[in-house]
Amino acid sequence: MNKQFDILIVDDEQVIIDAVNKICTAEGYKVDYSINANDALLKLKKNIYNLIICDIMMPEIDGFQFLDEVSKSKLISPVIMTTGYSTVENAVRSLYNGAIDFIPKPFTADELINSVSRGLKYLEIQKILSSTNQADDASIIYVPCPAKYYRLGYSSWASLENTGSILIGITDLYIKTVDTIGSIELFKIDDEIVQGNPCAQIESKDGLSHTVLSPVTGRIIERNEPLLIDNSIVEKDPYFNGWFYRIIPSESDYELKHLIPCSSDRL
Amino acid sequence: MFKKIGFKLIVGVGVTALLTIGIFSYFNIQSHSSSLLAEVERSANQLSETVKHSTRYDMLLNQRDRINIIINTIGQQPGIRGVRVLNKIGEIIYSSNQNDIGKMVDKKAESCYACHAANKPLEKLAIKDRTRIFRTSAKSPRVLGIISPIYNEQSCWSADCHAHLKSQTVLGVLDVTISLEEVDKQIKQGEIEIVIFAITAVLALSFIIGFFVRRWVDKPVKELLHATNQVGTGNLNYTIQNIRDDELGILARSFNNMTKKLSEARLQLFQSDKMASLGRLAAGVAHEINNPLTGVLTYSSFLLKRTQDNHELQEDLKVIVRETKRSREIVKSLLDFARQSVPKKNEAKINDIIEHAISVVENQLSINHIKLVKNLEPSLPTITVDSNQIQQVFINLIVNASDAVGKDGGTITISSLLLSLSPYGITHVKKAVCPKRHDLIDNEVKIEGMPSVKIKVRSNGQEGIINLDPIYGKRRHLYGLEIDYKKNIQVMCPQCNTSLIEEGKKCPKCGSPIYTFEVPQQGYFEGCINKSCDWQKWDAVDLGGQKDYIEIRISDTGCGISKEDLIRIFEPFYSTKGQKGTGLGLAVIWGIVDNHNGTITVESEINQGTTFIIRLPLKQIR
Repeated sequence: MNKQFDILIVDDEQVIIDAVNKICTAEGYKVDYSINANDALLKLKKNIYNLIICDIMMPEIDGFQFLDEVSKSKLISPVIMTTGYSTVENAVRSLYNGAIDFIPKPFTADELINSVSRGLKYLEIQKILSSTNQADDASIIYVPCPAKYYRLGYSSWASLENTGSILIGITDLYIKTVDTIGSIELFKIDDEIVQGNPCAQIESKDGLSHTVLSPVTGRIIERNEPLLIDNSIVEKDPYFNGWFYRIIPSESDYELKHLIPCSSDRL
Repeated sequence: MFKKIGFKLIVGVGVTALLTIGIFSYFNIQSHSSSLLAEVERSANQLSETVKHSTRYDMLLNQRDRINIIINTIGQQPGIRGVRVLNKIGEIIYSSNQNDIGKMVDKKAESCYACHAANKPLEKLAIKDRTRIFRTSAKSPRVLGIISPIYNEQSCWSADCHAHLKSQTVLGVLDVTISLEEVDKQIKQGEIEIVIFAITAVLALSFIIGFFVRRWVDKPVKELLHATNQVGTGNLNYTIQNIRDDELGILARSFNNMTKKLSEARLQLFQSDKMASLGRLAAGVAHEINNPLTGVLTYSSFLLKRTQDNHELQEDLKVIVRETKRSREIVKSLLDFARQSVPKKNEAKINDIIEHAISVVENQLSINHIKLVKNLEPSLPTITVDSNQIQQVFINLIVNASDAVGKDGGTITISSLLLSLSPYGITHVKKAVCPKRHDLIDNEVKIEGMPSVKIKVRSNGQEGIINLDPIYGKRRHLYGLEIDYKKNIQVMCPQCNTSLIEEGKKCPKCGSPIYTFEVPQQGYFEGCINKSCDWQKWDAVDLGGQKDYIEIRISDTGCGISKEDLIRIFEPFYSTKGQKGTGLGLAVIWGIVDNHNGTITVESEINQGTTFIIRLPLKQIR
């Protein structure tokens, strides 16, 4: 009776459902879909889904309410949010509320597949964690980010420095959801990066390309050049030697409120 | 009509005038008629004396016929109604009217009453009591009668006829009556003249008052009413012209000020409203367009993945994917543009902002065959600005330039460079106060679009206003009067007359007096009052030395702007694009640049092109 699916698509636009369905099915995933959030919530009670892809702007129950319901019902299925109204606010809010990723519409097949693969990896890690039943053992699987840091969802972190600049990098959990890192593509010095928007591209050995969303807005003043030569640094020490950029933030006070303090992970 | 102030005023003044003139006329007529009567009385009295004297001799001789003739002759004179002589028992013994002779007069008759009212007859009477005015019948003219007693004297009782005894005092009475018809006619005439004069005076007064009321009250009130109606219907640009110095002028001025404030508030409201609706529109468009775009992008990219061995198809699919991705960027920039609500200043590179602005409008330019030339100075320092707002400025100016160039093609040149300028000739006096903190900024009189500094000058017995150029060093002052620089000159605050002259200091160039006023938070501004002298000093600004500016020039080879339009283009709602624009663009641009303490100027030549020059200070002045 309880059917098992890989992916549940929730979107009020049939063309999106069709497109995502087609792409994911071609990748070998088993896909189910709902045309609205109510229907999706019913389906979640009946069936088991490994991953949910949900639109934000929907009639009746919108994506954020849906996200709330999912986290309330203690489902471990990760949620990927997507919307046509792809603003910084929506991206940051999605990640703050527990979504594991945010894909702005319109997206390409690859962008979707990359995100889905990370999402399923994330689920695997969560499953291992719950099967060991030991929260303390989390560090065996991945290194949580230092207490003073802030993180955007589970992907990138920001750390305030005394000089007023901010250090940016990716979390160990994000690295674990990516297959072995092949290469890292960074922005140039003096480029502006914007919170919730892409700030780096990671090519993994399995041929996928993963977008890293920036935790804060600012101008890049320094980037971690050794990383470009030896990207294993980031895998060994993602929180210190494996930093990506040093930036001058433009509105850090406001933006930090929308990031999750890493100290809350240790409670 | 009856409720009009003018009418009420005229009625009030008319009634007052009528009362004053009426009372005056009444007493005037009174005194006029009494003096006329006095004259008649005097002449009647004289006549009586004349009759008495001329008949005296005949009386003594008792020649009654001769007396009769004399009295008759006198009685025939025009104006004399009758002359008669009564004896002491009241018998008429002589009369100009023959029928009366021999008749008895009742002591109670009007001619006797004066003396016989008390039982014992009086012997002496003042002239006033001897005269009487009466009418013989109701319709007949008035008559003045004068009685003149004939006293006994020695020659009377010693005369041969022995008619009178020595003991008698009054022998008889001469009674002369004179018609007052002439006098009454004169009095009547005088009355009519005075009434006519009074009416004419009241009418003339009313007309004069009416004229001035129309001139001083009606017209300005009508103008004010018209202005309020204009503002009521939404024309906030209406200003009242021809403002006088009276209370209504003050009202008009404050009205103008109010509409100005209102229009500014409306402008802000309009702008924020515009941004809000643009934001909503962008959000809606983004959401609606992004969904179908997702369909295109996902399917095309999926196809691209699946047809990796079909090279030909791949090329075509890549185009679809690429172009859809480009659409995605356009929608994204639309969202970014709409979201720039809160001004946030941060360090930015002006060249980057220019590049961003260009990328937004690039396609529009290439459609119109417009060539874009960039002369950007690569080594510009960063500047603290609100990049979004400044980008909006550039986008607007480039779009304006492309509109000016039109569809036939042309060139737009954007250049940036670093400038080091003396504050002289650039720094703008935005606030100015007198020692008593009265605002000297005059929003009514603008010089090159900027409110001037207003000071009052008294020289050579004349008083006038000078509007000073608010740009330090530019001196395009407007002098409201001629000044004799050698004589005593007073420069004052127009509101409180506090002197603005710097005592004991003379212009180092021409020796004329120096005026000074405070620019709040930016020290004191000094200047020479001499129109032809260029000495000005602003220590707080001079001390800062040369200031570094980034200058951005946006020039086009378009149709240019006429001289008349050029001075007004930064005004809100001023548009030469007709229905196409709101007329807000340049006003908003001006506001943004001004907020950054920068300046924006424009140079234009009809059919040659237009250049907008923006200068932004590298360091913000506090």
